[in-house]
Amino acid sequence: MKTLMQQAIDTAVQRGASYADMRVVQNRTDAISVKDGAVEALNSGESYGFGVRVLADGAWGFASSRTLSAQDVDQVVAQAVEIARASALASGEKVDLGPPVASQGVYQTPLQIDPFEVSLEDKLALLMAADAEMGGVQGVRARRSNLVFIREQKWFTNSQGAFTEQVIYESGGGIQATAVGEGEVQVRSYPNSFARQQVTGGWEAVLSWDLPGNAQRIASEAVALLTADPCPVGITTTLILGGAQVALQVHESCGHPIELDRVFGSEAAYAGTSFLTTEKLGNFQYGSPVVNLTADSLRPLGLGTFGWDDEGVPAQSTPIVQNGLFMGYLMSRESASKLGKTSNGCMRASGWNRIPIIRMTNVSLEAGEWDFDDLLADTGEGIYMETNRSWSIDDRRYNFQFGTEIAYEIKNGRLGRMLRNPTYTGITPEFWNSCDAVCSQAHWNMWGTPNCGKGQPGQVAHTGHGAAPARFRNVRVGLVR
Amino acid sequence: MLSQENAQALTHQVLQRCQPQQAEVLLQAGESALTRFANNAIHQNVAENNTNLTLRLVQDGRVGIASTNRSDDAALDELVRRARQNAQASPPDPNFPGLPEPQTYTPVGSFDPSTAAYSPHQRAEQVALACRLAQEKGMKAFGAYTTSSLALAVANSLGVFAYHARTQADYQTVVSAEDSSGWAQDSAWQVGDLDVEALAREAIERAERGRQPRKIEPGEYSVVLAPYAVDDMLTSMDFYGMGAQSVQEGRSWMNDRLQQQAMSVLVSIWDDAADLKGLPQPFDFEGTPRQRVEIVQRGVVMGPVFDRYSARKQGVNATGHTPPPGLRGMGPLAMNLFMAAGDASVEQMIASTPRGLYITRFWYTRLMHPRDCLMTGMTRDGVLMIEDGEIAYSVKNLRFTQSYVQALAEVEQVGSQTRLLLNDFGAISTRVPAVKIASFHFTGSTV
Repeated sequence: MKTLMQQAIDTAVQRGASYADMRVVQNRTDAISVKDGAVEALNSGESYGFGVRVLADGAWGFASSRTLSAQDVDQVVAQAVEIARASALASGEKVDLGPPVASQGVYQTPLQIDPFEVSLEDKLALLMAADAEMGGVQGVRARRSNLVFIREQKWFTNSQGAFTEQVIYESGGGIQATAVGEGEVQVRSYPNSFARQQVTGGWEAVLSWDLPGNAQRIASEAVALLTADPCPVGITTTLILGGAQVALQVHESCGHPIELDRVFGSEAAYAGTSFLTTEKLGNFQYGSPVVNLTADSLRPLGLGTFGWDDEGVPAQSTPIVQNGLFMGYLMSRESASKLGKTSNGCMRASGWNRIPIIRMTNVSLEAGEWDFDDLLADTGEGIYMETNRSWSIDDRRYNFQFGTEIAYEIKNGRLGRMLRNPTYTGITPEFWNSCDAVCSQAHWNMWGTPNCGKGQPGQVAHTGHGAAPARFRNVRVGLVR
Repeated sequence: MLSQENAQALTHQVLQRCQPQQAEVLLQAGESALTRFANNAIHQNVAENNTNLTLRLVQDGRVGIASTNRSDDAALDELVRRARQNAQASPPDPNFPGLPEPQTYTPVGSFDPSTAAYSPHQRAEQVALACRLAQEKGMKAFGAYTTSSLALAVANSLGVFAYHARTQADYQTVVSAEDSSGWAQDSAWQVGDLDVEALAREAIERAERGRQPRKIEPGEYSVVLAPYAVDDMLTSMDFYGMGAQSVQEGRSWMNDRLQQQAMSVLVSIWDDAADLKGLPQPFDFEGTPRQRVEIVQRGVVMGPVFDRYSARKQGVNATGHTPPPGLRGMGPLAMNLFMAAGDASVEQMIASTPRGLYITRFWYTRLMHPRDCLMTGMTRDGVLMIEDGEIAYSVKNLRFTQSYVQALAEVEQVGSQTRLLLNDFGAISTRVPAVKIASFHFTGSTV
């Protein structure tokens, strides 16, 4: 492999590339879904190919193919150089990649039980057990459960001497119950929204979620929501968010606006830009003093945990918000250079046929000191919401509106009656500056977001977000009947 | 592009390996290239060549699926081994409708050699022109220009073989000025039908008109929606309720509205994969012929589209709406949507509006409640205040929380021009007009 890849890089340079890199990626994804007691799909997918990225005449070109013969590689390298030369017809500023990257090494996701060694029978038995538990609850209309396992092996080399090999394992899954009443539909999911929690790790992670043990509760909640009182409409109150919802709030209102390519306009026609423009770095009170956010590709279990990014930059930890102050971006080599900085390793491609772009690693809200029950007691009156149902945010990541599957009234310092169709809305910096409490490490969990869309052609990234329940003051809630 | 003969040979190799079990092979091959630009310069320029095989193997009512993008002998052996292993591990599927019997397809020619051969230099020249036009106005152009050639083949052991090759092209752009932006997009199966210069000028004009936006109070407004916003309404209503599975599970906006006058008589929506004004595809991803399906006729909700699973459950014939494997869990989808044009121009719609908003497009729309297709989202790239029948000033972006069904019930005028728009997922296209809606509910505004 190394010889073939080196030949490709040499060919690119001979053809006039001032820089070249190449990734070979082999992906295996096994997915099982069960619906209403029957196997909906049992799918085993494989994808193999390579992508070559070159700088020629000061402009970028990228080409990819599924066939890895010497002849095909030569052809794709030539195509990448031709595309770069075409890009030069409308090129912008001179590309500066900063210091050379010559990483070497091997990385593999730490795991206890290889999920591809676990029998299909055991996997199906787990889902069928959870399905049966949900099916035992009267009033449930549809039941879904799923498991997904990914093994991605990738090799990277570049014209600056890097060569790395990585094997990343992901394990994911979840359950979902749907209840239908008079003009009303309610859904509950576990462990995360849309029945999908996902981590880097093995089968042991799936077992730790105890899907069958939570199935009856989830199904009962879906049915109970049909007749629960609606979330109060148009009030401003104290809001406590469950950890998984905090994780998505971090993803949308912090993770995306700190992507430096968005700040520089690369996504302006698609994913959007960012309100966190460069003059705010080190000068902007993003949140209250209890808000500490970190981008960290070293954290166990995170979907953004790896050895090196897709430019060969080593995994690392970057402070993003410290005591509320905005301190850092997610960066590539090229974008970091524009700020006079070096990359913090955030370039990832969703596959061999996609160009690396800046993606979140594990952007996490660091734990605070509160016990959850103490936080409820201290709050007195308010609303607790958990498990995301809908999410929407503007193209600069200011104005957001989220809905969750379930909420509870907080009354007299305890969780009270269940509330259906909860929603809340806000403006990002105002919202994070209203955060006055974050729960402790005991309540902190690494959540996975395996469906983050960005880029053209579209790329779906898998990102991690550590979070614990947190409290926000003066939040406008209730926008749905 | 993978030829029909090569597709037939490759699928045959897989089916032979599956004997004596029944099997179906879905082959998706394509060459796609995209030139992306930002700040008046190309910053990403990519090409991809891939062929995917998805095998569905049936053994005693048990179904196993496997896929690969390799086609050497060893890879095909491994593909069949994994599908067989998956089938053997599955309990029998009582809902499996069986594989389709041989079908008759009406061929439709939607392969354009000049689109397939479109080069990176040709794309770059057009993008450079668009960037120059923006630069001349002191603005910045951003966007993407895509050209693709795609082949889809379905073969099964009962004798089905279907093959269709097609091309598609899409140009989309945002042009930004200091405090405003404008959007334009067009899609076609012939790249020659895209007028990049006109699209660039359309986006520039929107950015010009959008200067000095004012913040307004959210609330109820009449709206004139450009086709880009109407596209979002149709695709959202598709994802959240035009398929029979969602109706059967009671979570569609069609539930309780079937055969009822739920929308304005000006609203007619249908799915037609044979119409050359769309992106034609004569069969679905199981090899069922695509039928034209009336979804809403003069405001009356007619019914959903069916795949073979949902059709069997309801005792009707499939309409040929099985989506690609990646979207299979959603159940059947309409993939070639049309909304009937009316007789109004956008200028007439504006002239007939005492007070309202002209909206270019919606952004980041998400379902808040399924039964009414209640959505939230933001406006983007051009919102204008209409006063006394004229454009008065530009407005800062707003958040809406609105039932799309209710919105289509309040349609007052429909535009005479339609535009073909390819969805981000690449699987769904709409051809839609502009519309005027009496009342639309805005619940917030941005900074």
